[in-house]
Amino acid sequence: MITFEGVTKRYPGGAVALDDVSLDCPTGEITVFVGTSGGGKTTALRAVNRMVEPTSGRVLIDGRDVREQRPAELRRGIGYVIQHAGLFPHRTIEDNIATVPYLLRWNKKKARARALELMERVGLDHSMAKRYPFQLSGGQQQRVGVARALAADPPIMLMDEPFSAVDPVVRAELQDEFLRLQDELHKTIVFVTHDIDEAIKLGDTIAVFRTGGKVAQVDTPENLLAHPADDFVAGFIGQNRGIRTLSFAGTGELRLSDDAVRPVTADAADLTGLDWILVVDEDRRPLGWTRPAQIGGSLSEAPLAPVGPTFRVGSDSVRVALDAAVLSPSGLAVGVDDAGAVVGTAAGSDLLAVPTHGNGAGGTGHGAGSDG
Amino acid sequence: MNELWNQIELSWTWLTASSQWHGPDGIPHRLLQHVWYSGVSLLCAAVIGLALGLLAGHTGRGGFLAITLANVARAIPTFGLVLFVVVIDYSITPVLVALVALAVPPILVNTFEGVRGVDPDAKDAARGVGMTGWGVLWHAELPMALPLILLGLRTSAIQVVATATIAAYPGFGGLGRYIIDGLARGDYQLVVGGTVLVVALALIVQLIFAGLRRLVVSPGLLGSARPS
Repeated sequence: MITFEGVTKRYPGGAVALDDVSLDCPTGEITVFVGTSGGGKTTALRAVNRMVEPTSGRVLIDGRDVREQRPAELRRGIGYVIQHAGLFPHRTIEDNIATVPYLLRWNKKKARARALELMERVGLDHSMAKRYPFQLSGGQQQRVGVARALAADPPIMLMDEPFSAVDPVVRAELQDEFLRLQDELHKTIVFVTHDIDEAIKLGDTIAVFRTGGKVAQVDTPENLLAHPADDFVAGFIGQNRGIRTLSFAGTGELRLSDDAVRPVTADAADLTGLDWILVVDEDRRPLGWTRPAQIGGSLSEAPLAPVGPTFRVGSDSVRVALDAAVLSPSGLAVGVDDAGAVVGTAAGSDLLAVPTHGNGAGGTGHGAGSDG
Repeated sequence: MNELWNQIELSWTWLTASSQWHGPDGIPHRLLQHVWYSGVSLLCAAVIGLALGLLAGHTGRGGFLAITLANVARAIPTFGLVLFVVVIDYSITPVLVALVALAVPPILVNTFEGVRGVDPDAKDAARGVGMTGWGVLWHAELPMALPLILLGLRTSAIQVVATATIAAYPGFGGLGRYIIDGLARGDYQLVVGGTVLVVALALIVQLIFAGLRRLVVSPGLLGSARPS
C-alpha cells in the first residue's frame, strides 16, 4: 500500500502543486489520479519515486518512508511509465526493456531473455527485439514503455498518462490489454490521467484532484458517479453521469421476456397481437427481427431485419443492454448467453428499472466498465 | 591555364622527388610534427570542451557562461595569440595554446547543445527507472548527444590541422614550413606542395571522423534522420 500523509509541495515562488494530500493506494489495485491540468496529480505520482520531494508530509510504501532509500535505488524497485514512452533512441527495443535489469547488474543473457519474455507479455513480436524506437509506431513504443517498467518485476507501477498520446482506437486496445495484464500481475498501480472515461474504465479507486493541488474526492468509480462530493467533481465527471452509472449495474438480475422469441420453424398463424418477432434458429441463435404483418406462411420465408448489437446476460452492464435496445429495430434489447443463444428480450423501460448501485456487474469491477 | 598546369606539374615533381622523403626537412618528418601538434592540441581541447560542455548540458547551469566563453575564444585571432605568447615564452607551448583556444569552442558548443537537446522524456525516464546522475550522463545523454559531439570534434580537428601551419612561424616546423619558406622565397612549387599536403591531411581527418561516426553512433540515432 502506498500512503500519502499530509503531502504538500510548494515551489519557490509560492506556487502550490500539492496541498495537504492524504490518501491510500491499496496493494494490488489500480488507483487513478484524475483532474484538470495543474491539479497536482502528476506531482503526487512523482512524489512516490522521489522525482519530486514534498515540502512537508510523507509518502510511505508499506509503512516505510520513501526517503529511507536512496532515490536511484528506490526507483529501480518501482516501474515508471510516462506519456511519450521516453524510450532511449540509441538502444534497441530489447535493451530498452532490459534497462533496469542492466542497472541491477543481471548478466546480459538473463536480461535479454527477460526482455523477450516481456515483449510477448505486452504483445510485441520477437522480430522487433533488434529494432530501434524510431522504427515503431506510437502504440508499439508505449508497449515497450510498459515492458521496460515491468522488467524487474516491481510490485509498484507509476503510470503518468501512458495512453494519452495515441489515437483513440489504439488507446482502447492498450487499456484493455493493460487490464488483462493487471488481472495476471496484481501490481499496485498509480495511474494518472486527465480523461475521466479512462479513469472510470481502469480505476479500482479514483482520486479527483482539483486546481491548487487539493484532493476533492477519493472513491470507487460507482460511488463517484452516483454521489459526487461537490459541484467541482460533478462538473468534472461531465454530462452523461447518469448513463455512465449504468455501466456498474449488472444484467444478471434482469427479468427477460421470452414472448417475442420464436423459432424459425414456427407457424406464422398464431403471431397476432405482437409488434415484432425475434426469429431464432434451432440453437436459439438470433436470426433477425420481423413484423407479423409482413409474414405470409412460415417464419422461414419472412423478411428479416438485422438483429443489431446484443448484450451478454450477466457479464455485460445495463449500459450495454440499453445501447442494444436503442439500436434494435424493435426497441427491445436481445440478451444472449455465453454460447450466443437468446435468453430473452427487454425493453428500455425494463432496463432502467434495475437498481443502479451496490450491484456490480459481473462481480469483477473492471469488465463492467467497458463500453461494449 | 598552361601556367596552372605547369605549377601542378612542378608541385608533383616536388612531391615525388626522393629528396623530399627523408631527412629533418623531409615530408615524413614535417608531417609527423604537424600531426603531433594537431593531435596534442585537439586532445587538450577535447578534454576541456567535453568536460565543460557535458557539465553545463547535464546540470542545465552555466550554459550562458560556456557559450560566451566559447565565442570570446573564437574572436581571438590565432596568429596574434601565437606571436604575442611567443614573445613571452619562446617554445612550442604558445603555439599549442593558440591551437587549443581555436579548437575548444566548436567542441564545447556542440557538446553543450547536444546534451541540452536530448529528448526531455528520455531524460526523465532515465532518472525515473533509477539511473544515478552519472548514469544518466553516461547511458543516456552522452550517447544521444554523440552525433553533435562528433561534429564539433571534426570541425575543430580540421581547423586545427589547417591552422597548425603557424607553428612554422616561430620555427617549430610542421607542414607550414614549406608554405612559409615558399612564400618567402617566391618558390610557388613549395607553397603548392605544402598546401596539397595540408589539404590531404584534412581530408584524411574527415574520413577518420566519418568512420568514427559509423562506429560509435547508434543506428537508432542515425536512422531517425531518415524518413522511415
